[in-house]
Amino acid sequence: MLRLGQAMFRWSSIILFACAACSTTSSSAAGQDMAKKTTATPTRDAGLAAWQQIYSVLTHPRCINCHTATNYPQQGDDRHRHLFNIIRGPGGKGVAGLNCVTCHQGSNAESTGVPGAHNWQLAPLSMRWQDLDDKILSSVEVCRSLTDRSKNDNLGGAGLLKHHDQEPLVLWAFQPGHHRDGTARTLPPLTHEEFVAATRTWVEAGTPCPQNP
Amino acid sequence: MEAFKLTVNGQAKEVTVDPGTPLLWVLREDLKMTGTKYGCGIAACGACTVHVAGIATRSCVVPVSLVGDRPIVTIEGIGQDSVGRAVQDAWVSEDVVQCGYCQSGQIMGAVALLKSLPRPTDAHIEEAMGGNLCRCGTYVRIRQAIKTASQQLK
Repeated sequence: MLRLGQAMFRWSSIILFACAACSTTSSSAAGQDMAKKTTATPTRDAGLAAWQQIYSVLTHPRCINCHTATNYPQQGDDRHRHLFNIIRGPGGKGVAGLNCVTCHQGSNAESTGVPGAHNWQLAPLSMRWQDLDDKILSSVEVCRSLTDRSKNDNLGGAGLLKHHDQEPLVLWAFQPGHHRDGTARTLPPLTHEEFVAATRTWVEAGTPCPQNP
Repeated sequence: MEAFKLTVNGQAKEVTVDPGTPLLWVLREDLKMTGTKYGCGIAACGACTVHVAGIATRSCVVPVSLVGDRPIVTIEGIGQDSVGRAVQDAWVSEDVVQCGYCQSGQIMGAVALLKSLPRPTDAHIEEAMGGNLCRCGTYVRIRQAIKTASQQLK
């Protein structure tokens, strides 16, 4: 009886140890996965703070110059109307004979000062972040626009995160090249890594939008 | 300096230039194809317009290093297809040209427009050609010639 008890105790210990080992392994795998995410679901306040960081990037000239409400893009840190009679065109890519890619190639042209990235074009009018007087929309308005799936090409949180992380025209904003005179174009207030991290926090918090303008 | 293989008007060409050299100067100085003109150097006037992979392109601001294997068509070769020929014929029949300096770019722009929009309205013409400047003011005849070419292509 004592031997049976000892044997049972031994097997129980082995089983318990095996379960503990499995649990630890699973936690490590999940932990590695979670390492990409915040350690806990961000609060709404944390999400709103992250949104304000995102907003500061979206409204920087490197981004907002192509998110216009008008028939034209903008240029420069002063966001003046794009020179040379450049207009939006029906698909946001200019018009036949005067497309965006007539000048803007697949990467920055450092010798001539023309910025470039794959598929250079305007954002659709549904993603305008300015009004018709070129005035930047409020944080509330931009947030609501960005999270409206009827306007944002049906992107949910994961889609928005991927867009901020991988879209070539978004990436360009953080490596915008130099002007013809060799001076560097100004950068958004966050690095791309910080921008993606803020987006991740905002998405994990449920993409909250501020209540007041 | 770097070697670049280009396809210009259907012919293979090879040049050795600084990678930042604008395509305009490769065409004019290295390949001695002077039909494409320098007007401003900042893509403002359209005199340097060529076609790269069928898209009207301002060659004064595109470094040769960014062309890749995309085929280039210049004013010297635009008559090789029916739209190019129709535009050239219309330019002659409507007596468009005065000094002629901008007209290479005007023709290249007009061909790109008609290939995309065979029946352009006045508004389409104004939008598409609005970036091609003419100091002689031949705009009225340019517009008419585009309409004439469009009719010929029906």
